[in-house]
Parts: sequence; structure tokens; C-alpha cells
Amino acid sequence: MEHSVQEVTFHHEPGGNEVVKKIIKTTIILSVITIIELGMGLAMYAFPMAAGLKLFLKGVIVILSLLKAFYIVGVFMHLGEELKNLIMTIVVPLLLFIWFIAAFLWDGNSWKVLRNTYNPKATTEVHEGGEHH
Amino acid sequence: MATAGAQMETKWWSGGKSPFNVEYGKLMMWYFLMSDAFTFGAFLISYGTIRFSQNYWPDPNVVFNAFPFAGHANLPLAFVSLMTFILIVSSVTMVLAVHAGHKNDKQGVIKWMIWTIIGGIAFLSCQAWEWTHLITGDHAVLINGEIENIGTTVTRNPWGPAANVAAHDGHHVGTTGPVAFGGYFFGITGFHGFHVLSGVVINIVMLIMTINGVFERRGHYLMIEKAGLYWHFVDLVWVFVFLCFYLI
Repeated sequence: MEHSVQEVTFHHEPGGNEVVKKIIKTTIILSVITIIELGMGLAMYAFPMAAGLKLFLKGVIVILSLLKAFYIVGVFMHLGEELKNLIMTIVVPLLLFIWFIAAFLWDGNSWKVLRNTYNPKATTEVHEGGEHH
Repeated sequence: MATAGAQMETKWWSGGKSPFNVEYGKLMMWYFLMSDAFTFGAFLISYGTIRFSQNYWPDPNVVFNAFPFAGHANLPLAFVSLMTFILIVSSVTMVLAVHAGHKNDKQGVIKWMIWTIIGGIAFLSCQAWEWTHLITGDHAVLINGEIENIGTTVTRNPWGPAANVAAHDGHHVGTTGPVAFGGYFFGITGFHGFHVLSGVVINIVMLIMTINGVFERRGHYLMIEKAGLYWHFVDLVWVFVFLCFYLI
């Protein structure tokens, strides 16, 4: 038993009310971020706006979602309380996503540009119609 | 038990210790979740690629505007917001179960696990309603010059741009949208829903083990922590599914 206690430390967090307070605080943060995201999503629907502004709002929503992910992983999953080496073995491989997302969205966009260039019929079908509710 | 300060000074790699200071199962759960993140990531990125390749993509505010018992009221994103809050709340009750486990509080673990399971079942029920509504909800669409009523499936998408004709009763008539929309929506939310389902099953097993006193005899509630990691991951994935399908 002595050996196993030395090997693994089970107690990561101090007991008591401060933990519950932290959980409640994180819950409020997650809820508020979600409400802001929803507000921005609905604003894009309710008010006609320029494509650039729409893209900007979408970018902000993506960043807010990453913030939510940070709180869920850091606080709810207690990754923030683990040893730094453990955190790095999880987080560093995820950096692959930077290339993964950029490369494949670029690819999709290139696909669209090529199709519109060599098959112009594809664009006119959409532009004649417009938004459908 | 070492204090946080002493932990930092410990030579973790000098041998005789677990260098990451976590139990084997918990570490492997982390690595499984990392690989699962790549699975979901690949699905969502594939969806993004197809969406970027299209000139037209349905507006989620238009597609997801129904609410149970609200008839044809236009309530964009209302129902999916409810689903999101259900999942966040069930994540919170799971943290509270893990916290109760840290204090070896058997009754607390039982109470919070039951709430978490209820949240999971509520989420799945909502998803079942949403799928049913999408598949069976007919929309007038112009196909090959004729007006047809179709629902959203993996092969048909009624959410295309508006057609230049009106139906006899004055309703809007659309054209078909990108076929990939239904496939990606049902594929990815289905894969996520299957994770929720397996999470609920795991949580029920954990609840039964807790009630039977298995963890009490073992002296620790590490299994609740591992089930908790999986459950939070399900919530985490929903953040991105919610982002990609409903918000942007």
C-alpha cells in the first residue's frame, strides 16, 4: 500500500466549498458565452448585413467556442490541475488541427473557384434564386 | 499525500514513480479522447470542405426554427439552445459527482450521477424529436419543373434557394439544396448522439457500481472520474457541433 500511495496521488483538488464555487462560476461563464453566441447567430439572421461583417461575427463565435472548450477541458475535466508534461502530451498533438483545418477549407474553396471558373452555370443557378425562407 | 508545492519539485522521471501522477486508466482515457477528438475533427473538417466548395448552403436559422408543441411558429435556434443548456447542466452535475467522489461521499455521487443520467436521456429525447421533425417535415420544392413535398434526408435536401414560382396556396416554393447537407447533419449529430448514448450507459453502470458499494470498498472513486472525462468530452464535442451546424 505504501508503495502505491507514493506512486500515484489521487487527491488533485482541495475539498470544500471553493471547488463548488469554481464549478458554479464556470457554469455561469459557459452559459453567458452560449447566450452571446446565440445572440450573434440570431443577429446574422434578423438584420441584413454586409458579408464582411457576417464573416467577422462568425470569427468571433469561433473564438468564443474555443474559449468554452478551454473552460470545459481546463476546469470540468481538471486538465489544468495535471502535471505540465501530461498536459503537453494532450495539447501538442492537437496543434495538428491548425494545418488540418486550414488545408481542407482552402481545398474546399479552391474546388468552388475551379467549378465556377470552368462551369459558370453553377453560379447562375444560385444567383437567380436568392434566399429561400 | 504530497502538497501541490512539493509535487512541482518532485523528480518525476527518476524512477519508482508514475511520471504523470495519474492512474493508468485515466491517462489512457485522455489519450482515447484525444484520438476521438481527431475523429470528430475529421468529420467536421470534411463537412467544412464540402460547405466551402458550395455556392449555396442552407441558413441554419431557417432550417432549425421549430420547437415541440409550438406548431409552425418561427423560433430559430430555440430548441437547439435548450439542448445545449441540457448538456451543459448535465456536465455540471457530472463535475459535482466527481467532486463528491473526491470526498468519498457515496450519497452525493449517487444523487449527481442520477441527475447526469437524466440530463443525458433528456438530450437524446430532444435529438430524437429534432431528427423526426427534419425527416418528416415536408417542404414544397421544385424538382424537374414539378412541385414536390420532401423532407430532409441523407439523399434529399429541400433547403435550396427560392424558386421563381409560387405554389397555388401562396406558399414559398424552394429548390433542392446541396445533398451533402443531410448526410453530414445526420452523420455527425448521429455519431455524437451515439457517444451520448454510450455515455449514458457508462454512467448507469457507474451508478449501479456506486449503489452496490464497489467504489466504497475500493477506497476511491476514480472510475467516476474516468466516466466524467468521457461525459465532458461529449459536451465538448457538442460545443463544436453546435458551432458548425447551428451557429455559423
